[in-house]
Amino acid sequence: MHTQTVSELAAGLRARKFSSLDLTLHFLSRIERLGPELNAFVTVTADRALADARAADELLAQGRGGPLTGVPVAHKDIFCTDGILTTCSSKMLANFVAPYDATVVQRWRDAGTVLLGKTNMDEFAMGSSNETSFFGPVKNPWDLRRVPGGSSGGSAAAVAACLAPAATGTDTGGSIRQPAALTNLTGIKPTYGRVSRYGMIAFASSLDQAGVLARSAADAALLLEAMSGFDPRDSTSVDRPVPSYVAELGQPLKGLRVGIIREFFGEGLDPKVEKCVRDAIELLQREGAVIKDVSLPSLPLSVPTYYVVAPAECSSNLSRFDGVRFGHRCDQPKDLLDLYKRSRGEGFGAEVKRRIMTGTYVLSAGYYDAYYIKAQQCRALIAADFARAFEDVDVVLSPTSPTAAFELGAKTSDPIAMYLNDIYSIAANLAGLPGISIPCGFVAEGGKELPVGLQLVGPHFGESKLLAVSHQYQQHTDWHKRVPAGYA
Amino acid sequence: MNWETVIGLEIHAQLATRSKIFSASATAYGAEPNTQANLVDLGYPGVLPVLNADAVRMAIRFGLATGSTVARRSIFARKNYFYPDLPKGYQISQYERPVVEHGSLEIVLEDGSRKTIGITRAHLEEDAGKSLHEDFHGLSGIDLNRAGTPLLEIVSEPDMRSAKEAIAYLKKIHTLVRYLEICDGNMQEGSFRCDANVSVRPVGQKEFGTRAEIKNVNSFRFVERAINYEVDRQIELLEGGGKVKQETRLYDPDKGETRSMRSKEEANDYRYFPDPDLLPLVIDEATIEAVRTTMPELPDEKAARFVTEHGLSDYDAGVLTASRELAAYYETVVQRLGGQPKLAANWVMGDLSGALNKENLDVAQARVGAEALAGLLARIEDNTISGKIAKEVFEAMWAEGATADSIIEAKGLKQITDTSAIEQAIDEVMAQNPGQLADYRSGKDKLFGFFVGQVMKATGGKANPAQLNELLKKKLAG
Repeated sequence: MHTQTVSELAAGLRARKFSSLDLTLHFLSRIERLGPELNAFVTVTADRALADARAADELLAQGRGGPLTGVPVAHKDIFCTDGILTTCSSKMLANFVAPYDATVVQRWRDAGTVLLGKTNMDEFAMGSSNETSFFGPVKNPWDLRRVPGGSSGGSAAAVAACLAPAATGTDTGGSIRQPAALTNLTGIKPTYGRVSRYGMIAFASSLDQAGVLARSAADAALLLEAMSGFDPRDSTSVDRPVPSYVAELGQPLKGLRVGIIREFFGEGLDPKVEKCVRDAIELLQREGAVIKDVSLPSLPLSVPTYYVVAPAECSSNLSRFDGVRFGHRCDQPKDLLDLYKRSRGEGFGAEVKRRIMTGTYVLSAGYYDAYYIKAQQCRALIAADFARAFEDVDVVLSPTSPTAAFELGAKTSDPIAMYLNDIYSIAANLAGLPGISIPCGFVAEGGKELPVGLQLVGPHFGESKLLAVSHQYQQHTDWHKRVPAGYA
Repeated sequence: MNWETVIGLEIHAQLATRSKIFSASATAYGAEPNTQANLVDLGYPGVLPVLNADAVRMAIRFGLATGSTVARRSIFARKNYFYPDLPKGYQISQYERPVVEHGSLEIVLEDGSRKTIGITRAHLEEDAGKSLHEDFHGLSGIDLNRAGTPLLEIVSEPDMRSAKEAIAYLKKIHTLVRYLEICDGNMQEGSFRCDANVSVRPVGQKEFGTRAEIKNVNSFRFVERAINYEVDRQIELLEGGGKVKQETRLYDPDKGETRSMRSKEEANDYRYFPDPDLLPLVIDEATIEAVRTTMPELPDEKAARFVTEHGLSDYDAGVLTASRELAAYYETVVQRLGGQPKLAANWVMGDLSGALNKENLDVAQARVGAEALAGLLARIEDNTISGKIAKEVFEAMWAEGATADSIIEAKGLKQITDTSAIEQAIDEVMAQNPGQLADYRSGKDKLFGFFVGQVMKATGGKANPAQLNELLKKKLAG
């Protein structure tokens, strides 16, 4: 049951082959049995899951269920969930019970999904390996010695290990796509503004976007549709109709113009990863896609630009965690300054502090123009590069990440090496564009088979095209159907 | 040395919206602590601001009323600093691109001359909450009811040269925001607050002196005192060979002095940057035109009309238009009376204002309404009573809440205009005062007043004064 896709499970539920309660109990028992070694969940919401399942079964019995009614899901622990611990995997929020549902949570709930629990993540979504979590690192089910990627590492591991059929993620610089690539999932980050950020604890507000980690493009389409759309509570959400991504999955590959990003096939890219991506390009070509070489010369600016913009915004966004109203407060503060210093000093981990300090620095008087303003200019150049490319091609293609999953601890002492993991994914966030990562092969590392992902980026609101191309590719490949040994 | 004072004001006007600038919480004053603060106001994780369109319309009204440029595109920025009553750790304000810029306002100085004060900018921002330090035994309480209340910060050019000018400007803005119905102007509740930037320089020097900013002075009187104190302090300092430090100072109304709060070196680096949670505020022509159609007649326009159409003096027109309510009262009196603007103006500025001041009431709370006052003035106009008697009637109206006619009737105050009745009274007075009569007739003209007084006394003050004068002259002449 657990290896089925969301669409298959939903069909089974509607045909009453199994109940939502059966399904939910099955996943809860898998989480209980397999979850601890992966450390994928911060909170398992068993009682809530059973209640949701019973409610779904009632609807299904009345024939009133929708395409997601009774399907269990997990939420990244960055989304506020009413009455449930919402920690952002930080000591700062280790005691924080959110008093409301994020819009994404609310929409999936309205669609009838069952909440299994909240998944582990890099602290405040700052990381690419899920090693900055206050609750400890998440393990990659393809090789427990390796990272699942980050920051949505818990969601990725949970779905890859079939502990949940699908999960939410958030992507500020690749935090959905990179873990999807490292765990053999389909992960989509939609256009900035497509999905409401209300209730999603902010890391870098101009880059953050919610999305889906699933085991197929068709599932991602179904779930993205259910979370998208305008939200009056988020001023940056866009009031524009949501297409039926599922209905549009049939768009053919024939005639599709695919731009291969020259700058993303250079130094630093593992040749074995490159081989997988090149094979996928060949397949697309065989199926009638027109392959074009494209150059986006400003893309090498992405990482430095990102590491100005994101820390600047985070340094301000995280100011509200001051020990006054919620979250961690130090014992026996002497005075106000002591309260601030110790609450924040104790509550935040090293990577979060590094970014708050970097961000505070780049926004300081005398440095603002040199860093923040310059970064905004670079951002505009990057966006312009993409816009030019999309005059000639429908989507651009690259690897999602330069390597397959790396070993736990391999990059924790070298922040720059860690940051370079997102070298191919960050640009889409800076330009506000939709991006998707899909499985495209495996490489052998240390006696294990490790998945590789390829990334497609489309023009603004081009989710439908990205999902359709991915779905068509998945009709010709079965990489995405592989499940790690021991989790099948 | 002769010194010149240079003053610029930063006024915080709390906008009279029903809900907060970025959340749906109510803005009403005086609620129980933290009962008007929702998750957005509390800065909870994950919440986002949504701009209140009414606050924007109010800013546009202010812009139009001051001949300012209303920016087609302005930007909300974050002002970052830590304080317990600032829940998010930053205040959403406008920094590089304010919604209103480059306006001006004309003030009238004591000698009747006019002066234009430049308005540099006016920008939208949210207020912080309040820290309460009393009654918590070494702890501080936080009330976030005020957090997120919309403010319009109005920044003047350093165009004022005395405390008196500063007060004239402050009062003018105060009048204006109430005319525009964008702020209730209540200084005690803090909905209209002022910081003053004060410096001095030798007369003739071009460069400004180093300024001190005096924070949150909450009455017109205190603003004037604080500025004067600060000017004296700076001059004394400079004449003693010292230097003025750029700093923020707090006015202590009990001691009547300003004292240092923090120096420039201690000032926060607020790390302003555009708030990524809010899109640029775009205001199109149609929105501005829609607001323009709702603009009321402004105080200066109204005063000019009172001068040209009603024939009032500049001074009277200025006094009557100082508040929209007073002007409306005056206009209602004129309308009901069907003219006589000078008579109406004298009464509104005289007896009515006197009675209001005595009891510290607003014009809205007047015990004699505009219609009632018009009813009284009509009786002066038709000679039913004299102006002098009218004052007595007004006092009775104020005390009893009755109409002029009923009081005139009840107290028998109707003026005597019957010639024979007045003549009879004159005859009696002449008969009773033969000595004075003889003196008058032998050339002591001054005794005329004596006879007027005696006849008035005899008629209970009700004789028509003009008739009395005429008849008395004739009779006394023999």
